[in-house]
Amino acid sequence: MSALDIARAVTNKKSSALEATEAALARIAKHNPVLNAFTDVTAERARAKARAVDEAIAAGKNPGPLAGVPFAVKNLFDVKGLPTRAGSKINRDLPAAARDATVVERLEAAGAVLVGALNMGEYAYDFTGENIHDGPSRNPHDPTRMTGGSSGGSGSAVGGALVPLTLGSDTNGSIRVPSSFCGVFGLKPTYGRLSRARSFPFVYSLDHVGPLTRSTADLALAYDAMQGPDAADAACTTRPPEPVSGLLDQGIGDLRIAVAGGYFEKSVFPEATEAISRVVKALGVNRTVEIPEAARGRAAAFVISTSEGASLHLDRLRTRPDDFDPAVRDRLIAGAMIPASLIDRAQKFRRWYRSRVLELFKSVDVVLAPATPCVAPKLGQVNFVLDGAEMPVRAHIGVHTQPISFIGLPVVAVPVPLEPMPIGVQIIAAPWREDIALRVAAALEREGVVSAAPPRGI
Amino acid sequence: MADDPLDEYIGAAAKLLKLPVKDAWKPAVRANLEVSMRLARLVDEFGFPDEAEPASVFTA
Repeated sequence: MSALDIARAVTNKKSSALEATEAALARIAKHNPVLNAFTDVTAERARAKARAVDEAIAAGKNPGPLAGVPFAVKNLFDVKGLPTRAGSKINRDLPAAARDATVVERLEAAGAVLVGALNMGEYAYDFTGENIHDGPSRNPHDPTRMTGGSSGGSGSAVGGALVPLTLGSDTNGSIRVPSSFCGVFGLKPTYGRLSRARSFPFVYSLDHVGPLTRSTADLALAYDAMQGPDAADAACTTRPPEPVSGLLDQGIGDLRIAVAGGYFEKSVFPEATEAISRVVKALGVNRTVEIPEAARGRAAAFVISTSEGASLHLDRLRTRPDDFDPAVRDRLIAGAMIPASLIDRAQKFRRWYRSRVLELFKSVDVVLAPATPCVAPKLGQVNFVLDGAEMPVRAHIGVHTQPISFIGLPVVAVPVPLEPMPIGVQIIAAPWREDIALRVAAALEREGVVSAAPPRGI
Repeated sequence: MADDPLDEYIGAAAKLLKLPVKDAWKPAVRANLEVSMRLARLVDEFGFPDEAEPASVFTA
């Protein structure tokens, strides 16, 4: 059942929040041994919250738009009572979080029920969903394949239909990549739209948080519940909430939609091309635009990520280097050594690039691009052959997502249900126009071009 | 390769930053730094006017 269906059934007393919660806990117990999506299951907390929702309904109170909806969060979000491990071994030594992350509080205030925390790549510096400490999260359509990362458990849990809603974070693609590989919908909102307060950071300049679901309507439902200013996150907008749930049925109307050419057409497997062409055909798109200097945008995002990440972890690199995933450690050490002048130039380039892309959005409302160049690779796969050349998988997975998040554009990743493995397409809009991207996603969903396929691997 | 500038740089930077870098890690650190510097050079070569402002977020 979708989050919307659960909330309606619970609110209308057709079923109870406790029943929805117990059903989610049973699915987790059954399938998590294969998927390895959950690192913590907060069953007692969930049952207590579900009972409170049911009592509120019985007392005639409004339980909120997400009444009884079970959800789970990437384990970099603070969950009261758990150490926020952020996919690491080191953070397990932290004291338990004293308070939930803002977005967890807001979802629960809307009636949702937290059922657990989810596996992720160490410190979010990852595109695979593999984790050396907790084992890899596994793809619900084929457990021998990657979920994508770093929000791997978030993609797996929704793709496997264990819960209808999860939260992830996205610095360079970490919501959109697992959405693509696991065949689910993901929203990376505008930079600053949703509060990151009490989530473990990776790159302050680029970190975003957002939902993953099995439908556009559920994305909108969760997104609306999480919007609003929060002084506890310095980058969080002061704009009032701009709800989108009521706008999804508007259709695409006279929206000007184009497909990204040049950089975004290169280095893609046939599945990514097929996914884009299906979406292009359904939307009647006949225009191609070039996002200027996208390769340099990706390069600058890479430089800022590795250097800010290194700064974040510098003390841990000095005192506990052997407790990192060695691959993450070696990337971060290298990141610490990039000359400061080049980091400053990357930030200067970011401002220039932003102004150019905003110029582009004067003549177009939506840009379509692949979410990933390929369907989910096999777990542990190091290289793949593309255009006759052998390329490293990890470095290549985010080539289409990084130039977009670099300037904080809102994106809905929509799943094209190819057989045997799904793959995503990015619907990209101008800053603060999540509504437009979601309208296009909803239109594609109504036409049956995009959908979250039932999990084939469990 | 002891006199390779990048290896020398990694050694010096590790000392300056008080970062322990075991010999066994050095090839991977070097490989990562080569990728990072290749991408940083792409940014560097862009050609910046003196008026270019960084995009870091700060509000007084």
